[in-house]
Amino acid sequence: MGFLDISNVTKSYGSVEVLHRVDIAVEEGEFLVLVGPSGCGKSTLLNMIAGLEGITSGEIAIQGRAMNGVHPSRRNIAMVFQSYALYPNMTVGQNITFGLEMHGTPKPEREAAMKRVAAMLQIDQLLDRKPGQLSGGQRQRVAMGRALVRNPDVFLFDEPLSNLDAKLRVDMRTEIKKLHQSLRTTIVYVTHDQIEAMTLSTRIAVMNKGYVQQLGTPKEIYDTPANIFVATFMGSPAMNILPTRVVLRDGVPHAQVSDAAGNVQYLRFSQQNLAAWDGREILLGIRPEAITDPEGADRKSANIQMLTNLVGVTEPAGSDTFVTMTLAGCDVIGRMRADAAVLPGASFEYAINMEKAVAFDPATEERIAP
Amino acid sequence: MSSAIQSNVVHSGRVARVVIHVVLLIAALFYLLPLFVMLINSVKPLSQILDGNMMSLPHVWTLKPWSEAWSTAQIGVEPTGLRPYFLNSIEMVVPAVAISTMMGALNGYVLTKWRFRGDTFLFGMMLFSCFIPFQIVLIPMARVLGILGIAGTVPGLILVHTVYGLGFTTLYFRNYYAAFPTELVRAAQIDGAGFFRIFWRILLPLSGPIIVVAVIWQFTNIWNDFLFGSSFAGQGSQPMTVALNNLVQSSTGSKPYNIHFAGAIIAALPTLIVYIVSGRYFVRGLMAGSVKG
Repeated sequence: MGFLDISNVTKSYGSVEVLHRVDIAVEEGEFLVLVGPSGCGKSTLLNMIAGLEGITSGEIAIQGRAMNGVHPSRRNIAMVFQSYALYPNMTVGQNITFGLEMHGTPKPEREAAMKRVAAMLQIDQLLDRKPGQLSGGQRQRVAMGRALVRNPDVFLFDEPLSNLDAKLRVDMRTEIKKLHQSLRTTIVYVTHDQIEAMTLSTRIAVMNKGYVQQLGTPKEIYDTPANIFVATFMGSPAMNILPTRVVLRDGVPHAQVSDAAGNVQYLRFSQQNLAAWDGREILLGIRPEAITDPEGADRKSANIQMLTNLVGVTEPAGSDTFVTMTLAGCDVIGRMRADAAVLPGASFEYAINMEKAVAFDPATEERIAP
Repeated sequence: MSSAIQSNVVHSGRVARVVIHVVLLIAALFYLLPLFVMLINSVKPLSQILDGNMMSLPHVWTLKPWSEAWSTAQIGVEPTGLRPYFLNSIEMVVPAVAISTMMGALNGYVLTKWRFRGDTFLFGMMLFSCFIPFQIVLIPMARVLGILGIAGTVPGLILVHTVYGLGFTTLYFRNYYAAFPTELVRAAQIDGAGFFRIFWRILLPLSGPIIVVAVIWQFTNIWNDFLFGSSFAGQGSQPMTVALNNLVQSSTGSKPYNIHFAGAIIAALPTLIVYIVSGRYFVRGLMAGSVKG
């Protein structure tokens, strides 16, 4: 029994089911991020928690109280919208206190709450302005202020940063994280940006096509993705997925891959249980940062496999250099140190951290658990 | 050669411009001429009009026709002037415009933000009322007014004009609110505002331009209406348009044209004022409704 319980929730529009049996229990103080491509049902789920959309079947409960059919204003939730949804006809101060006013809070208390929140978000000097006179970042703060002032049980964020420019987005991201660390309120946050999901959350629910693909901590999601969708959706650049054959050499499972020149090479697996897949095809997932130059290899790893291959394209990004090579017929991206000596077209020795490699069943696209 | 063509182009452009201006000027004069005739003849003694020249400026300037048209002219059988009827019109127009605009706004709000099964069909039916010729509804409406017991009264006229104005006001507000961000309504819901609170506090304060459009449209139509006024008004509730007709029809002997002209101008003044005061919002509002969203 969590603080916010989503049990067996489905949503249909007519005969089309857009959410299928979603089960998530959110603990108090948790920062849950719902992430997925557009149309995956994440915003619908958030709106159902808010009470803006009906629940077709199942139950949503906050603090053990079933919320099905309860009006949004009586759920003690607050929501920050993607467009901020500030009332253009009201000043910032009125925007922030409108909810309190609707709930019949006396004016002196409203003023005090407004001052407290304005100070917290550093928008004191904006209180008399109209939203139209504010910049994007300021509007974002006001929208958060409007949510904060209510002291809600649960904060709901619907892609709150996607209307900001790149730099401001990073700043506000940090700010939201700080806010969560100081307030310890339960947050449900919707985004399509996997970096936001990784950086902000205590837990992530990766969604696709109305299903929760995987629910777990950012580390679990990143290191042990449940399936190919999660593996490729989370992380940038995306995880390399290459078809390989499992081959036993001296009783130890290896991945058999052909390099750019067509020569067969072997990479030893860390997962001994893959021996059961001897002679069969699997999909091998390797994150770009697990493919490095030898000096950049993770020294703590117990299984670094060396592989010589031609360098395809190099993309220096300042902090790192991304290198593309052809392996098993696929373009594979590796992440080298910025000053690694890689030349396009030349032969290069890659260090592959097979401890971080993940194997997927090609038929189900599910991860083969170790 | 080429320079000759160029200068020729410039030259012909100037000619075209002059032609356009002259045409426009003639058109403007043509449209303003009746107003000019009305104005100068309303400040002339009757004798000068009867002498023949309608276009000449008054020899003696007088406001007597205006005061007579307003307070002593023969309307039908009573020498009351237009004043009581002017007040009737005001009594009818103000509530009718206010009610039909408010209801149109509410309809638009419901049709866009509280959608329900069959809402587009309902809206279609309401739109249909914009295209019904009013002559068709005269008899059923008379019956309804009779049943309600408000036949021949100002409230009866208010009801008629409200009902037949709803189609247009609903159309205006629905299209305006369709472009209104739904997230605002949702935010207000979470803040705890109910149906009417959202309407009063959020939507209505942001509806300025479209309210102006609806008010101008309704005011002009209702003020200028003659058909409903002459069909449904009783002795004490006849609007200005009907009285103006009676003023012109009821004179015996030589017609006091100067009084007629003054009366006609008085009848047209309120709509003119409404246009002058809010005309630029009218254009702006129409644009906002059609282009944006």
